[in-house]
Amino acid sequence: MSPLVIITTALASLGASKLRTGLALLGIVIGVAAVISTMSVGRGAEESITEKIEALGTNLLFVRPTDTGPLSASTLTIEDGEALLDPILTPSIVAQAPEVSTSGVVVAGRENTFAQIVGVTPEYEFVRSYSVSSGQFITNEQVVTRDEVAVLGSEVAETLFGFRDPVGQTLRISGRQFRVTGVLETRGGTALGNLDGQILVPITTAYYRLSSQRTTQGGIAVQAINVQVEGIDSMDQAIQEVATSLRLRHRITDEDDFTITSQEETIETLTETQETFALFLGAIAGISLLVGGIGIMNIMMVSVTERTREIGIRKAMGAKWRDILLQFVSEATLLSLGGGIFGAVLGIVLSRLMDGREIIGQTFETSLSGDITVLALTVAAAIGLFFGIYPAARAANLHPIEALRYD
Amino acid sequence: MVVAAVLDKMSEDQAMIELSDVTKVYNIGTIDVHALDGVSMSIHRGEMVAIMGASGSGKSTLMNVLGCLDVPSSGRYMLDGLEVGALSGNQLAEIRNRKIGFVFQTYNLLPRLTAQANVELSLLYGAGNDRKRRASEALDRVGLSDRTNHKPTELSGGQQQRVGIARALVKDPSILLADEPTGNLDSRSSTEIMEILMELNRDEGRTVIIVTHEPDIAAQAPRVITMRDGVIVSDGPPETLGQGATAAAGEAQQ
Repeated sequence: MSPLVIITTALASLGASKLRTGLALLGIVIGVAAVISTMSVGRGAEESITEKIEALGTNLLFVRPTDTGPLSASTLTIEDGEALLDPILTPSIVAQAPEVSTSGVVVAGRENTFAQIVGVTPEYEFVRSYSVSSGQFITNEQVVTRDEVAVLGSEVAETLFGFRDPVGQTLRISGRQFRVTGVLETRGGTALGNLDGQILVPITTAYYRLSSQRTTQGGIAVQAINVQVEGIDSMDQAIQEVATSLRLRHRITDEDDFTITSQEETIETLTETQETFALFLGAIAGISLLVGGIGIMNIMMVSVTERTREIGIRKAMGAKWRDILLQFVSEATLLSLGGGIFGAVLGIVLSRLMDGREIIGQTFETSLSGDITVLALTVAAAIGLFFGIYPAARAANLHPIEALRYD
Repeated sequence: MVVAAVLDKMSEDQAMIELSDVTKVYNIGTIDVHALDGVSMSIHRGEMVAIMGASGSGKSTLMNVLGCLDVPSSGRYMLDGLEVGALSGNQLAEIRNRKIGFVFQTYNLLPRLTAQANVELSLLYGAGNDRKRRASEALDRVGLSDRTNHKPTELSGGQQQRVGIARALVKDPSILLADEPTGNLDSRSSTEIMEILMELNRDEGRTVIIVTHEPDIAAQAPRVITMRDGVIVSDGPPETLGQGATAAAGEAQQ
C-alpha cells in the first residue's frame, strides 16, 4: 500500500464519524494548547527576570558578611571595600560600592511611608547602573560631611510628594530632617526587591545618624559591598582575588566570615527556580496531553471493535498484518497530529492574548518560540503513535475467519 | 472455442487444488471438534464444483481451508503446486490476495464505500496499478456499469452480490470461492447470480467453487461434492446425488 492510499483511507475512516473524531481530537487540542501556553508563560517570566537582573549592571559581585545571627556584629567594613581597589592584590576589580541599609518611617508634610534606607557612596550610581531623573546623586562631599540629604526612589517620591518636584523639599527620617537632592529613574520591580521604594542617603549619614552598628574593630560596618569586575571573563578570577584580600585583612585561617555571589549566580538561581516552575506547569499540561492520548486509545479501541468485520473483509482481500496495523496507527496518528495542529493554533492565540495582560493581579509576559510548538506537535504525534499501536495491533492480530463472522 | 477449452484442460494435467487426508480440529474447551475428518479430493482448473452439506457438515471449514483463511491441522493442501499448510499468516494473505476471490453470503461490502471503491479494495493490497480502470471493467462485466457510484445501501441484494462478484473477479483469481452466494437472495436474483457464476466458468474458463446447502443450487454445477460430519460422502455429477445421500443415510442407520 502506498503512503497516499494509507492516508486517504485513514482520513476517510475518520471523516465517517465526525462527531467522535472531533471529540477525540478535543483532548489533544486542549493538551497541546495548555502545553504551549503554559510553557510560553514560563519562558516569558524567565526572560523578564534575566532582563531585569541584567539591567542592574553586569559584571557584578556581591560581598556580604556571613550571617552569624541577629546579635552578632557585622564583620564587613567600609575599609574592606576600599582595600578591594588595590591594583596588586585585586587587579580585576574596577570599582566598589559599599552599602549600609536600614529601614524606617519617612514623613513629608502629612504623608508618610515605610521605606528601605540605603547608605551609599557616589560609586553606587554606576556600579549598580542607577540614574537620576531630576536633581543629582549622592556626592563625595555629602559623604565626607555626613550631610542629611536623600535621593528618592520614584515610588517613594510619588507617595510623599505626588506630582510636585521633590527636589529641594524636606522630609523626616527617624526624626531627622533630610533635604531631597534627587529622584531616581523608575526601575520597576525586580527579583532583588522593589528598587523604586528605596531612599538613598550618604553612607556615613546612614551609619552615624540612622543606625549604629559597629564592628569589633571599630570601622563602619556595611551590609554589602557591590564589586564591579573589569569583564565577564574575569569573574572567577575576581572572586578569588576578593576572597584572598578579605581573608588577609580578616586574618582568616579556617572559615570565611563573608560570602561572595556573582550576578551570574543570582540569575542562575532565579532562572533555575523559574525553570522548575515552568517545567512543573508543563508537566501538568503534559498530563492533559496524556489524558488526550488515552482518549484516542479509547476511541481507537471502539473503532477496532466496530470495524471487526471490515478488518475481516480486508484480510480476506489479502491485507497483511502490516497493512491493518498501518491503517489503524495512521488513523490514530493523524487524529492526534490534527488535534496537535488545532491545539498549537489555540495555544499561540492564548499566549498572545495573555501577553502583557494583568490576570488576578499578575502581569503575564509570554514568550513564544518555534521550538515549543514543534515540541508540542511532536509529542502529540508520538502520543497518537504510542496509544494507537495497541488498538492497531489488536486489529492486525484478529483472525480473518472470526473477524468475518463478527456482527 | 470448445476445442480451445478442451486443449486448455488437457494441458492442465496437474490438479489446481489437491487435498489429501486433510483434517481440521477445533479445540472448544476440553473437547476436540473434528470439523474435517480426513478429506481427500482434487479440483482442476476450469472446473465448477458445488460443495453441499447441512450446517455442521464441515463445508464451511472446507471453504475456509480452500480459501486459505485457515490452515489444515494435518494432511496436505496443494494449491497451484504450493503447500499451503506450511505458510505463515502473511504468506496466506499474499495467496488470498493473488489467487482467491471470495463471494460471501452477506456480500460483506464496506457500507461507507461506493461500488467502485469496494471493488478497488480488492486490488489495494496487491502491486497492481490502474485500479480504477480494472474495477470499472469488472463492474461492467457483472452489468453494473451504471451503478459504480452507488453505496451498498442504495443497491438491491442482487446488485450488492454482483458488486461482490466484481470485487472477487477484478484481481483475476485462480479460484472464485462463493460461500452461499444466493443464501440471502430472492429466487429471481438467485438465478441471476448463478447465471453470472456459470457464465464466468463457461465463457472465461474460471474455476468456481460454490458452497451451498440448497440442492437445487448445487444441481446447477456439473460436479457436486457432498459433505457430512467432516467427510466427503459423495462426489460426482448431480445425477448421482441421490445415491450419495442414500448411502450417507444408510451409513447413519448402521
